[in-house]
Amino acid sequence: MVRESAPKPIILKVDALSKQFPGVKALDKVSLSVRAGEVMALVGENGAGKSTVVKILTGIYKPDGGHIEMNGRRVNFAKPSESWRGGISAIHQETSVFEELTVAENIFMGHQPTKSGGPFIDWRDMHERAQEILKRMDVPISTRALVRDLNVAQRHILGVAKALSHDAQIVIMDEPSASLSRREIEHLMVIVRQLRDEGKGIIFISHKFDEIFEIADRYTVLRDGELVGDGKIADVSQDDLVKMMVGRSLDEVFPKVKVPIGDVVLAVDGLTHDTEFDDISFTLREGEILGFYGLVGAGRSELMQAIFGISHPRSGKLTLAGQEVSIGSPVDAMRQGIAYVPEDRQHQGAILPMSINKNMTLPLIDQLSRHGFLSHRKQLGVTRDIGARLKVKAAHWDQPVEVLSGGNQQKVVIGKWLATTPRIIILDEPTKGIDIGSKAAVHEFMGEFVAQGLAVILVSSELEEVRGMSDRVIVMHEGRIRGEFDRCDATPENIVSVASGAEFGA
Amino acid sequence: MMANQIRALLTKRREPALALLIGVLIILVGIRAPFFISLDSLSGVLTDTSILMMLACAEMLVILTRGIDLSLAANVALTGMAMSLLSMTYPDLPVLAYIVGSMIVGLGLGAFNGFFVAIVGIPPIVVTLGTLSMFRGLVFVLSGGQWVNRHEMPDTYQMFPMETFLGLPHLLWIAIIVVPLLWLFTNHTTAGRSLYAIGGNPQAARYVGIPIAARLFMVYALAGMISGLCGYLWTARFAVAYTEIALGFELVVIAACVIGGVSIGGGVGTIPGVVLGALFLGLIANALPVMGWSPFWKQAISGVVILAAVVLNSRSNKRQGKLIVRREEASSS
Repeated sequence: MVRESAPKPIILKVDALSKQFPGVKALDKVSLSVRAGEVMALVGENGAGKSTVVKILTGIYKPDGGHIEMNGRRVNFAKPSESWRGGISAIHQETSVFEELTVAENIFMGHQPTKSGGPFIDWRDMHERAQEILKRMDVPISTRALVRDLNVAQRHILGVAKALSHDAQIVIMDEPSASLSRREIEHLMVIVRQLRDEGKGIIFISHKFDEIFEIADRYTVLRDGELVGDGKIADVSQDDLVKMMVGRSLDEVFPKVKVPIGDVVLAVDGLTHDTEFDDISFTLREGEILGFYGLVGAGRSELMQAIFGISHPRSGKLTLAGQEVSIGSPVDAMRQGIAYVPEDRQHQGAILPMSINKNMTLPLIDQLSRHGFLSHRKQLGVTRDIGARLKVKAAHWDQPVEVLSGGNQQKVVIGKWLATTPRIIILDEPTKGIDIGSKAAVHEFMGEFVAQGLAVILVSSELEEVRGMSDRVIVMHEGRIRGEFDRCDATPENIVSVASGAEFGA
Repeated sequence: MMANQIRALLTKRREPALALLIGVLIILVGIRAPFFISLDSLSGVLTDTSILMMLACAEMLVILTRGIDLSLAANVALTGMAMSLLSMTYPDLPVLAYIVGSMIVGLGLGAFNGFFVAIVGIPPIVVTLGTLSMFRGLVFVLSGGQWVNRHEMPDTYQMFPMETFLGLPHLLWIAIIVVPLLWLFTNHTTAGRSLYAIGGNPQAARYVGIPIAARLFMVYALAGMISGLCGYLWTARFAVAYTEIALGFELVVIAACVIGGVSIGGGVGTIPGVVLGALFLGLIANALPVMGWSPFWKQAISGVVILAAVVLNSRSNKRQGKLIVRREEASSS
């Protein structure tokens, strides 16, 4: 469907926007524009600079160069309130809710309706307006419910409601559908169309191509902080977009190493947790990379944490190399040769103010000590060895991890677990938020790991990564395994339809 | 069914449970000593607890934002001493001068905290631990280590808190004015609600455009202003001012907050809850002598109750996971 009409007026114009972070050029002279009554898809890999654009437009970051125009007038958003007063509102990627407050208060926090503009909140008006927005979105949530009682999808809906409450000219949706079910996504699409027909300009960020091609009028592609292409969505194919995003074709990006697949090293049978996952069974073989794909919040990380002994499932069996084991803590897991590189580097992976040397040898402290005293010499030996293997770029091994770039931080975290000589290594979103070069390095390690006979579980929300690296792909949705594909069957269509909750095979 | 609802009410919301506990306590003490239940005696408990109530409400504002103010009691001592010395030097000042004066001095001390927490960005516990010592030290410097005694204070200064209006002492009246104002502030103003947002999720608060630094500054200044007022009331009520006044009282204040259901992690707490928490502690303090027990029991009892409150807080706030799996029972409802 092509809607032919005269070009609509430009509402938002961004010109040569630049932003520098220590060690990374996040944005380099990026320009884009959004017209009234159109959906502009902002496309790019993780770390391409999409979120930086959003944060500048919403007044959270200050740009180092370039400028923004709204309706032809130059604007400068020094803080978030100036941005939404200027007519821009955003649904942020992170679920940013206030758990202890009600739905209505969450929607209107920061711009509550007040009694004749005074300091006192007009609760009746607030609840009525919240009710109106929720009704418009067709979601049956009470405005008086506490947000801590809502589930993940309902919280995301809340983010959309919040953006609608501003009555903005430009609505930015940063992966709004990331953890919604198919039915909820359909609702979302209806809302997006409604907004578009009201003459608003929408910046739509999504990793799902089917959504982009369904809803968007135009596209803008970013790669490594640079603008690489823009135009009408009707003029391009999905392959064109992928090529622009990654700069290379899929085979070049993910050099899959062919390794003979060996015996089963891990068998999981009927693993069930009260709230996070249900009836999980799968096997993992030597020399295999097993991909776990799913939407954010599908329960993949929670499952991995249970396998690693951080949380405790209610029932189910773990068999390691033919022997049933019970893993009660991470120490047990390490002893059994399982290593887990967590998703959240900042919080769970590395101890940032501590040195590279100390971080890398942290799981080995006992082995490197005699009579309770740590041998600094042995410690440094291990760090040197692993650091060289992973090509960690650092001035010296006593540098605190926090001064390293994201990619090098990730290498330290992986290196830490490599030092424990595991048989199974679980990588949870190993390339999230790191630059392309480091990404390639991480993918290369994975090839080396399996070549050495290790088994790798790769949890990733990046479809291309899962498809490119895995021998098999398991897809989870709402805490259950919904599909398993061999490498040759793992087409984007197959995986995405299962991951978003459609019936298998439908 | 009914029993379940009652249990839910008692565990979900702190206030009814505390009110019930306080009621039971009053009756138990009353059985032992019937005169305790008289109107006079109970209004005495209220009056005695007025200062604690106001300070605990002030502390709650700070704790809501994930902060803590350890300097409230030192502020009471410093402002109290300053007002006492003022009354000694200028015995003819009207009461209003002490009330307004103490609020201004307290506000200044609180703003000092606010500057370091909100503008400089130093953790509140560090800042207020520092100002706690500093204020205490200044009391000594100001007074030269001397006491200001009953006979040195003018009558207008020391009589005001316990003089009655409509049968209730002024001290209680002040609490009756201040506490509802704070309730109005936290429950019905945009600035008040933003404190819950800041403590609940600072990042999200920033995203929705809440001026976090300005709010933090305001909270510490406001807490300081209330403490200053309490400084005048305290020294006038007991007709004495010296360096160690209200020494360690900040811990009682924080205890009242915790018992009243305020989460130390920020974002959770209500004025009625805190008032009940303060009342509970005040009641114990007043009931023990009636029961003929040593006042040292007070500390032991409040310790036990604080622990119980913390356990209750953490159990009712325990996250039930992320609720990823949609179970049939759940989705059908």
